[in-house]
Amino acid sequence: MSLSEQAQQVFTPANMKFLMEGLMLTLWISLLAIVFSTFFGTILAVMRNGKNKFFKILAGIYIEIVRNVPNLLWIFVIFLIFKLKSVPAGVTSFTVFTSAALAEIIRGGLNGVPNGQVEAGKSQGFSDFQILTIIVLPQAIRKMLPAIISQFVTVIKDTSFLYSTIALQELFGSSQILMGKYYQAGQVFMLYGTVALIYFVINFVISQFSRKLSKSWANSLE
Amino acid sequence: MSPFALERWQALFNDFGIFGKAFLYTLAISICALILALALGIIFGSMSASKNKFLKGVSRVYVELYQNIPLLIQFVVVYYGFPIVNEHLMLSAFWTAVLCVGLYHGAYISEVIRSGIEAVPRGQLEAAESQGFSYQESMRLIILPQAIRMIIPPLTNQVVNLIKNTSTIALIGGADLIFTAKSWSSGNLSFIPAFIAVGVLYFILCFPLATYGRKIEERNKDSYSI
Repeated sequence: MSLSEQAQQVFTPANMKFLMEGLMLTLWISLLAIVFSTFFGTILAVMRNGKNKFFKILAGIYIEIVRNVPNLLWIFVIFLIFKLKSVPAGVTSFTVFTSAALAEIIRGGLNGVPNGQVEAGKSQGFSDFQILTIIVLPQAIRKMLPAIISQFVTVIKDTSFLYSTIALQELFGSSQILMGKYYQAGQVFMLYGTVALIYFVINFVISQFSRKLSKSWANSLE
Repeated sequence: MSPFALERWQALFNDFGIFGKAFLYTLAISICALILALALGIIFGSMSASKNKFLKGVSRVYVELYQNIPLLIQFVVVYYGFPIVNEHLMLSAFWTAVLCVGLYHGAYISEVIRSGIEAVPRGQLEAAESQGFSYQESMRLIILPQAIRMIIPPLTNQVVNLIKNTSTIALIGGADLIFTAKSWSSGNLSFIPAFIAVGVLYFILCFPLATYGRKIEERNKDSYSI
Protein backbone atom coordinates (compact mmCIF):
# COMPACT_ATOMS: atom_id res chain seq x y z
CA MET A 1 0.00 0.00 0.00
CA SER A 2 1.40 3.39 -0.96
CA LEU A 3 1.89 6.03 1.69
CA SER A 4 -0.91 8.22 0.36
CA GLU A 5 -3.34 5.29 0.49
CA GLN A 6 -2.22 4.61 4.05
CA ALA A 7 -2.75 8.26 4.89
CA GLN A 8 -6.24 8.17 3.41
CA GLN A 9 -7.12 5.33 5.75
CA VAL A 10 -5.69 7.10 8.80
CA PHE A 11 -6.83 10.67 8.28
CA THR A 12 -10.54 9.97 7.91
CA PRO A 13 -13.04 12.51 9.24
CA ALA A 14 -14.31 9.90 11.71
CA ASN A 15 -10.81 9.30 13.11
CA MET A 16 -10.08 13.00 13.40
CA LYS A 17 -13.37 13.59 15.15
CA PHE A 18 -12.53 10.77 17.55
CA LEU A 19 -9.17 12.35 18.35
CA MET A 20 -10.78 15.77 18.83
CA GLU A 21 -13.20 14.30 21.36
CA GLY A 22 -10.22 12.89 23.23
CA LEU A 23 -8.52 16.26 23.05
CA MET A 24 -11.59 17.99 24.50
CA LEU A 25 -11.56 15.59 27.45
CA THR A 26 -7.83 16.16 27.96
CA LEU A 27 -8.31 19.94 28.01
CA TRP A 28 -11.38 19.75 30.20
CA ILE A 29 -9.72 17.56 32.83
CA SER A 30 -6.56 19.68 32.78
CA LEU A 31 -8.54 22.89 33.15
CA LEU A 32 -10.57 21.57 36.08
CA ALA A 33 -7.46 20.20 37.75
CA ILE A 34 -5.63 23.53 37.36
CA VAL A 35 -8.57 25.54 38.72
CA PHE A 36 -9.07 23.28 41.74
CA SER A 37 -5.33 23.04 42.34
CA THR A 38 -4.88 26.80 42.29
CA PHE A 39 -7.59 27.04 44.94
CA PHE A 40 -6.19 24.30 47.20
CA GLY A 41 -2.63 25.31 46.41
CA THR A 42 -3.31 28.84 47.67
CA ILE A 43 -4.73 27.46 50.91
CA LEU A 44 -1.73 25.16 51.36
CA ALA A 45 0.70 27.99 50.59
CA VAL A 46 -0.92 30.34 53.09
CA MET A 47 -0.97 27.54 55.69
CA ARG A 48 2.71 26.74 55.17
CA ASN A 49 3.64 30.42 55.27
CA GLY A 50 1.49 31.24 58.28
CA LYS A 51 2.23 31.55 61.96
CA ASN A 52 0.06 28.68 63.19
CA LYS A 53 2.54 25.83 63.77
CA PHE A 54 -0.01 23.04 63.42
CA PHE A 55 -1.24 24.16 59.99
CA LYS A 56 2.31 24.89 58.93
CA ILE A 57 3.47 21.36 59.69
CA LEU A 58 0.32 19.82 58.22
CA ALA A 59 0.74 21.66 54.92
CA GLY A 60 4.47 20.90 54.90
CA ILE A 61 3.85 17.17 55.34
CA TYR A 62 1.24 17.10 52.60
CA ILE A 63 3.39 19.02 50.14
CA GLU A 64 6.56 17.02 50.78
CA ILE A 65 4.88 13.62 50.65
CA VAL A 66 2.95 14.38 47.49
CA ARG A 67 5.88 15.97 45.69
CA ASN A 68 8.36 13.20 46.40
CA VAL A 69 6.25 10.31 45.15
CA PRO A 70 5.37 9.74 41.45
CA ASN A 71 2.05 11.00 40.05
CA LEU A 72 1.33 7.54 38.78
CA LEU A 73 1.12 6.21 42.33
CA TRP A 74 -1.42 8.89 43.27
CA ILE A 75 -3.55 8.03 40.26
CA PHE A 76 -3.64 4.37 41.31
CA VAL A 77 -4.27 5.29 44.94
CA ILE A 78 -7.22 7.53 44.09
CA PHE A 79 -8.68 5.10 41.60
CA LEU A 80 -8.21 1.82 43.47
CA ILE A 81 -8.80 2.95 47.02
CA PHE A 82 -11.50 5.57 46.62
CA LYS A 83 -13.16 3.77 43.70
CA LEU A 84 -14.32 6.89 41.87
CA LYS A 85 -15.52 6.87 38.26
CA SER A 86 -12.78 7.60 35.78
CA VAL A 87 -13.40 11.32 35.04
CA PRO A 88 -13.77 12.36 38.71
CA ALA A 89 -10.86 10.05 39.58
CA GLY A 90 -8.73 11.74 36.93
CA VAL A 91 -9.59 15.25 38.08
CA THR A 92 -9.14 14.30 41.75
CA SER A 93 -5.79 12.62 41.34
CA PHE A 94 -4.44 15.51 39.28
CA THR A 95 -5.76 17.98 41.83
CA VAL A 96 -4.03 16.03 44.61
CA PHE A 97 -0.54 16.37 43.20
CA THR A 98 -0.87 19.57 41.20
CA SER A 99 -2.07 21.46 44.26
CA ALA A 100 1.17 20.51 46.04
CA ALA A 101 3.22 21.75 43.09
CA LEU A 102 1.20 24.96 42.84
CA ALA A 103 1.41 25.53 46.60
CA GLU A 104 5.17 25.85 46.27
CA ILE A 105 4.86 28.16 43.26
CA ILE A 106 2.37 30.37 45.08
CA ARG A 107 4.47 30.38 48.24
CA GLY A 108 7.47 31.43 46.19
CA GLY A 109 5.42 34.27 44.70
CA LEU A 110 4.17 35.47 48.07
CA ASN A 111 7.65 35.27 49.63
CA GLY A 112 9.10 37.07 46.63
CA VAL A 113 7.39 40.31 47.62
CA PRO A 114 9.91 42.22 49.78
CA ASN A 115 9.03 42.58 53.44
CA GLY A 116 9.50 46.35 53.18
CA GLN A 117 6.31 46.48 51.11
CA VAL A 118 4.30 45.07 54.01
CA GLU A 119 5.96 47.42 56.49
CA ALA A 120 5.36 50.38 54.22
CA GLY A 121 1.71 49.39 53.96
CA LYS A 122 1.42 49.11 57.76
CA SER A 123 3.08 52.49 58.27
CA GLN A 124 0.43 54.00 56.02
CA GLY A 125 -2.33 52.55 58.19
CA PHE A 126 -3.50 49.75 55.86
CA SER A 127 -5.13 46.75 57.53
CA ASP A 128 -3.59 43.27 57.09
CA PHE A 129 -6.32 42.35 54.63
CA GLN A 130 -5.76 45.52 52.62
CA ILE A 131 -2.02 44.90 52.58
CA LEU A 132 -2.60 41.38 51.26
CA THR A 133 -5.14 42.31 48.60
CA ILE A 134 -3.89 45.74 47.48
CA ILE A 135 -0.14 45.49 47.94
CA VAL A 136 1.13 41.90 48.17
CA LEU A 137 -1.18 39.94 45.85
CA PRO A 138 -0.93 42.17 42.77
CA GLN A 139 2.86 41.91 42.93
CA ALA A 140 2.87 38.22 43.83
CA ILE A 141 0.52 37.35 40.97
CA ARG A 142 2.96 38.86 38.49
CA LYS A 143 5.64 36.61 39.88
CA MET A 144 3.62 33.41 40.02
CA LEU A 145 1.10 33.54 37.17
CA PRO A 146 3.62 32.58 34.46
CA ALA A 147 4.67 29.55 36.52
CA ILE A 148 1.04 28.59 37.14
CA ILE A 149 0.33 28.79 33.42
CA SER A 150 3.34 26.70 32.54
CA GLN A 151 2.19 24.12 35.08
CA PHE A 152 -0.73 23.67 32.70
CA VAL A 153 1.69 22.11 30.21
CA THR A 154 2.80 19.56 32.80
CA VAL A 155 -0.80 18.67 33.60
CA ILE A 156 -1.79 18.30 29.93
CA LYS A 157 1.21 16.05 29.29
CA ASP A 158 0.63 13.92 32.36
CA THR A 159 -3.07 13.36 31.71
CA SER A 160 -1.79 10.97 29.02
CA PHE A 161 -1.23 8.53 31.92
CA LEU A 162 -4.96 8.31 32.49
CA TYR A 163 -5.74 5.93 29.65
CA SER A 164 -3.34 3.19 30.71
CA THR A 165 -4.17 3.58 34.38
CA ILE A 166 -7.90 4.16 34.59
CA ALA A 167 -9.10 3.73 30.99
CA LEU A 168 -10.03 7.37 30.61
CA GLN A 169 -10.39 8.14 26.93
CA GLU A 170 -8.43 11.36 26.66
CA LEU A 171 -6.31 12.33 23.65
CA PHE A 172 -3.61 9.69 24.15
CA GLY A 173 -6.28 7.10 24.94
CA SER A 174 -8.21 7.85 21.75
CA SER A 175 -5.03 7.45 19.74
CA GLN A 176 -4.33 4.11 21.40
CA ILE A 177 -7.82 2.90 20.55
CA LEU A 178 -7.42 3.93 16.90
CA MET A 179 -3.99 2.32 16.87
CA GLY A 180 -5.67 -1.07 17.24
CA LYS A 181 -6.88 -0.86 13.62
CA TYR A 182 -3.49 -0.23 12.05
CA TYR A 183 -0.46 -2.43 11.83
CA GLN A 184 1.59 -0.92 8.99
CA ALA A 185 4.57 1.10 10.12
CA GLY A 186 3.53 4.11 8.02
CA GLN A 187 0.04 4.24 9.48
CA VAL A 188 1.17 3.68 13.06
CA PHE A 189 3.69 6.49 12.79
CA MET A 190 1.17 8.80 11.10
CA LEU A 191 -1.08 8.36 14.11
CA TYR A 192 1.74 8.76 16.65
CA GLY A 193 2.92 11.80 14.71
CA THR A 194 -0.53 13.39 14.66
CA VAL A 195 -1.07 12.95 18.37
CA ALA A 196 2.43 14.16 19.22
CA LEU A 197 1.84 17.19 16.98
CA ILE A 198 -1.47 18.05 18.68
CA TYR A 199 0.14 17.90 22.13
CA PHE A 200 3.12 19.85 20.87
CA VAL A 201 1.13 22.70 19.30
CA ILE A 202 -1.09 23.21 22.35
CA ASN A 203 1.72 22.98 24.89
CA PHE A 204 4.08 25.09 22.80
CA VAL A 205 1.51 27.87 22.58
CA ILE A 206 0.93 27.76 26.34
CA SER A 207 4.62 27.71 27.22
CA GLN A 208 5.42 30.54 24.78
CA PHE A 209 2.58 32.59 26.27
CA SER A 210 3.85 32.00 29.79
CA ARG A 211 7.39 32.95 28.76
CA LYS A 212 6.19 36.18 27.10
CA LEU A 213 4.14 37.06 30.15
CA SER A 214 7.03 36.53 32.55
CA LYS A 215 9.36 38.58 30.32
CA SER A 216 7.03 41.53 29.93
CA TRP A 217 6.24 41.56 33.64
CA ALA A 218 9.87 41.20 34.63
CA ASN A 219 10.64 44.34 32.63
CA SER A 220 7.75 46.35 34.05
CA LEU A 221 8.51 45.50 37.68
CA GLU A 222 10.90 47.44 39.91
CA MET B 1 -10.64 -7.84 56.62
CA SER B 2 -9.75 -4.22 57.21
CA PRO B 3 -7.52 -2.71 54.55
CA PHE B 4 -5.02 -1.90 57.28
CA ALA B 5 -5.10 -5.37 58.90
CA LEU B 6 -1.86 -6.71 60.32
CA GLU B 7 -2.00 -9.83 58.15
CA ARG B 8 -1.80 -7.71 55.03
CA TRP B 9 1.39 -6.14 56.30
CA GLN B 10 2.78 -9.57 57.12
CA ALA B 11 2.03 -10.69 53.57
CA LEU B 12 3.84 -7.61 52.34
CA PHE B 13 6.93 -8.27 54.44
CA ASN B 14 7.00 -11.90 53.33
CA ASP B 15 7.17 -10.73 49.73
CA PHE B 16 9.45 -7.81 50.43
CA GLY B 17 12.16 -9.32 48.22
CA ILE B 18 10.08 -8.47 45.13
CA PHE B 19 9.83 -4.86 46.26
CA GLY B 20 13.55 -4.73 46.99
CA LYS B 21 14.25 -5.96 43.47
CA ALA B 22 11.84 -3.40 42.02
CA PHE B 23 13.56 -0.68 44.05
CA LEU B 24 16.93 -1.61 42.56
CA TYR B 25 15.36 -1.72 39.09
CA THR B 26 13.96 1.81 39.53
CA LEU B 27 17.30 2.96 40.94
CA ALA B 28 19.22 1.46 38.01
CA ILE B 29 16.99 3.16 35.41
CA SER B 30 17.28 6.44 37.30
CA ILE B 31 21.07 6.32 37.39
CA CYS B 32 21.46 5.35 33.73
CA ALA B 33 18.87 7.92 32.60
CA LEU B 34 20.49 10.58 34.77
CA ILE B 35 23.89 10.00 33.17
CA LEU B 36 22.32 10.36 29.70
CA ALA B 37 20.28 13.40 30.75
CA LEU B 38 23.28 15.14 32.30
CA ALA B 39 25.41 14.51 29.21
CA LEU B 40 22.68 15.82 26.89
CA GLY B 41 21.86 18.70 29.23
CA ILE B 42 25.47 19.88 29.40
CA ILE B 43 25.94 19.60 25.62
CA PHE B 44 22.68 21.31 24.65
CA GLY B 45 22.75 23.76 27.56
CA SER B 46 26.17 25.08 26.62
CA MET B 47 25.11 25.13 22.96
CA SER B 48 22.17 27.39 23.77
CA ALA B 49 24.33 29.64 25.96
CA SER B 50 26.85 30.08 23.12
CA LYS B 51 26.79 32.92 20.59
CA ASN B 52 26.43 30.66 17.55
CA LYS B 53 22.90 31.06 16.17
CA PHE B 54 22.79 27.63 14.54
CA LEU B 55 23.80 25.79 17.72
CA LYS B 56 21.30 27.88 19.66
CA GLY B 57 18.55 26.93 17.20
CA VAL B 58 19.32 23.21 17.34
CA SER B 59 19.21 23.27 21.11
CA ARG B 60 15.94 25.25 21.09
CA VAL B 61 14.26 22.70 18.81
CA TYR B 62 15.39 19.81 21.01
CA VAL B 63 14.20 21.50 24.20
CA GLU B 64 10.81 22.56 22.83
CA LEU B 65 10.08 19.17 21.27
CA TYR B 66 10.87 17.23 24.42
CA GLN B 67 9.27 19.63 26.87
CA ASN B 68 5.97 19.81 25.02
CA ILE B 69 5.28 16.19 24.08
CA PRO B 70 4.14 13.72 26.78
CA LEU B 71 6.78 11.29 27.98
CA LEU B 72 4.39 8.37 27.55
CA ILE B 73 4.13 9.02 23.79
CA GLN B 74 7.90 8.84 23.57
CA PHE B 75 7.78 5.54 25.45
CA VAL B 76 5.19 3.94 23.17
CA VAL B 77 6.87 5.19 20.00
CA VAL B 78 10.18 3.66 21.05
CA TYR B 79 8.77 0.50 22.62
CA TYR B 80 5.95 -0.36 20.21
CA GLY B 81 6.69 1.81 17.19
CA PHE B 82 10.37 1.19 16.49
CA PRO B 83 10.07 -2.62 16.23
CA ILE B 84 7.38 -2.23 13.53
CA VAL B 85 9.85 -0.29 11.39
CA ASN B 86 12.70 -2.72 11.92
CA GLU B 87 12.92 -5.70 14.24
CA HIS B 88 16.51 -4.81 15.16
CA LEU B 89 15.22 -1.61 16.76
CA MET B 90 13.54 -3.55 19.55
CA LEU B 91 14.65 -2.25 22.95
CA SER B 92 13.90 -3.84 26.30
CA ALA B 93 11.58 -1.92 28.62
CA PHE B 94 14.62 -1.01 30.72
CA TRP B 95 16.56 0.61 27.87
CA THR B 96 13.41 2.22 26.48
CA ALA B 97 13.01 3.95 29.84
CA VAL B 98 16.66 4.97 30.03
CA LEU B 99 16.54 6.41 26.51
CA CYS B 100 13.18 8.19 26.84
CA VAL B 101 13.61 9.53 30.36
CA GLY B 102 17.20 10.51 29.57
CA LEU B 103 16.20 12.45 26.45
CA TYR B 104 13.20 14.02 28.18
CA HIS B 105 15.09 15.29 31.21
CA GLY B 106 18.11 16.15 29.07
CA ALA B 107 15.90 18.88 27.62
CA TYR B 108 14.96 20.17 31.08
CA ILE B 109 18.55 20.01 32.36
CA SER B 110 19.70 21.85 29.24
CA GLU B 111 17.37 24.71 30.18
CA VAL B 112 18.60 24.64 33.77
CA ILE B 113 22.21 24.92 32.61
CA ARG B 114 21.46 27.64 30.08
CA SER B 115 19.64 29.82 32.59
CA GLY B 116 22.39 29.19 35.16
CA ILE B 117 25.04 30.45 32.76
CA GLU B 118 22.87 33.36 31.66
CA ALA B 119 22.21 34.35 35.28
CA VAL B 120 25.87 35.31 35.70
CA PRO B 121 25.99 38.97 34.63
CA ARG B 122 27.67 39.67 31.28
CA GLY B 123 29.90 42.20 33.00
CA GLN B 124 31.73 39.31 34.67
CA LEU B 125 32.80 37.89 31.32
CA GLU B 126 33.77 41.31 30.02
CA ALA B 127 35.73 42.05 33.20
CA ALA B 128 37.54 38.71 32.91
CA GLU B 129 38.38 39.24 29.25
CA SER B 130 39.57 42.79 29.97
CA GLN B 131 42.00 41.27 32.46
CA GLY B 132 43.49 39.15 29.72
CA PHE B 133 41.72 35.85 30.47
CA SER B 134 40.85 33.83 27.39
CA TYR B 135 37.20 32.88 26.81
CA GLN B 136 37.90 29.33 28.01
CA GLU B 137 39.70 30.56 31.12
CA SER B 138 37.04 33.08 32.06
CA MET B 139 34.35 30.44 31.61
CA ARG B 140 36.23 27.91 33.71
CA LEU B 141 37.52 30.22 36.43
CA ILE B 142 34.87 32.93 36.69
CA ILE B 143 31.54 32.14 35.04
CA LEU B 144 31.07 28.41 35.76
CA PRO B 145 31.90 28.49 39.50
CA GLN B 146 29.19 31.10 39.92
CA ALA B 147 26.78 29.38 37.55
CA ILE B 148 27.07 26.03 39.34
CA ARG B 149 25.71 27.48 42.56
CA MET B 150 22.71 28.75 40.66
CA ILE B 151 22.30 25.46 38.83
CA ILE B 152 22.34 23.04 41.77
CA PRO B 153 18.87 23.77 43.23
CA PRO B 154 16.89 23.44 39.96
CA LEU B 155 19.11 20.52 38.99
CA THR B 156 18.25 18.52 42.11
CA ASN B 157 14.63 19.32 41.35
CA GLN B 158 15.08 17.78 37.91
CA VAL B 159 16.74 14.70 39.40
CA VAL B 160 13.71 14.22 41.66
CA ASN B 161 11.40 14.58 38.65
CA LEU B 162 13.54 12.13 36.71
CA ILE B 163 13.27 9.52 39.44
CA LYS B 164 9.51 10.00 39.60
CA ASN B 165 9.15 9.85 35.81
CA THR B 166 10.94 6.52 35.54
CA SER B 167 7.63 5.13 36.84
CA THR B 168 6.20 5.65 33.33
CA ILE B 169 7.87 2.33 32.57
CA ALA B 170 5.11 0.64 34.59
CA LEU B 171 2.70 1.47 31.75
CA ILE B 172 4.71 -0.59 29.24
CA GLY B 173 5.18 -3.45 31.69
CA GLY B 174 8.63 -2.87 33.15
CA ALA B 175 8.88 -4.36 36.64
CA ASP B 176 9.60 -1.13 38.53
CA LEU B 177 8.21 -0.09 41.93
CA ILE B 178 4.82 1.12 40.70
CA PHE B 179 4.26 -1.90 38.47
CA THR B 180 5.24 -4.24 41.29
CA ALA B 181 2.94 -2.47 43.75
CA LYS B 182 0.05 -2.76 41.34
CA SER B 183 0.55 -6.36 40.32
CA TRP B 184 1.33 -7.55 43.86
CA SER B 185 -1.68 -5.76 45.32
CA SER B 186 -4.14 -6.96 42.70
CA GLY B 187 -2.87 -10.49 43.28
CA ASN B 188 -3.28 -10.13 47.04
CA LEU B 189 -6.30 -7.78 46.94
CA SER B 190 -4.41 -5.59 49.33
CA PHE B 191 -3.72 -2.14 47.98
CA ILE B 192 -2.89 0.05 50.93
CA PRO B 193 0.21 -1.70 52.35
CA ALA B 194 1.76 -2.03 48.90
CA PHE B 195 1.11 1.60 47.96
CA ILE B 196 2.40 2.85 51.29
CA ALA B 197 5.54 0.72 51.02
CA VAL B 198 6.26 1.92 47.50
CA GLY B 199 5.48 5.52 48.42
CA VAL B 200 7.96 5.29 51.30
CA LEU B 201 10.64 3.85 49.01
CA TYR B 202 10.23 6.70 46.51
CA PHE B 203 10.17 9.21 49.35
CA ILE B 204 13.47 7.88 50.72
CA LEU B 205 14.97 8.41 47.29
CA CYS B 206 13.51 11.84 46.53
CA PHE B 207 13.07 13.73 49.79
CA PRO B 208 16.76 14.04 50.77
CA LEU B 209 17.56 15.33 47.27
CA ALA B 210 14.74 17.86 47.34
CA THR B 211 15.75 19.04 50.81
CA TYR B 212 19.39 19.38 49.78
CA GLY B 213 18.35 21.48 46.77
CA ARG B 214 16.26 23.77 48.93
CA LYS B 215 19.10 24.23 51.43
CA ILE B 216 21.53 25.29 48.72
CA GLU B 217 18.89 27.64 47.32
CA GLU B 218 18.40 29.31 50.69
CA ARG B 219 22.15 29.55 51.24
CA ASN B 220 22.53 31.18 47.81
CA LYS B 221 19.89 33.73 48.71
CA ASP B 222 21.65 34.59 51.97
CA SER B 223 25.20 34.68 50.66
CA TYR B 224 24.82 37.06 47.77
CA SER B 225 22.48 37.84 44.98
CA ILE B 226 23.56 37.79 41.37
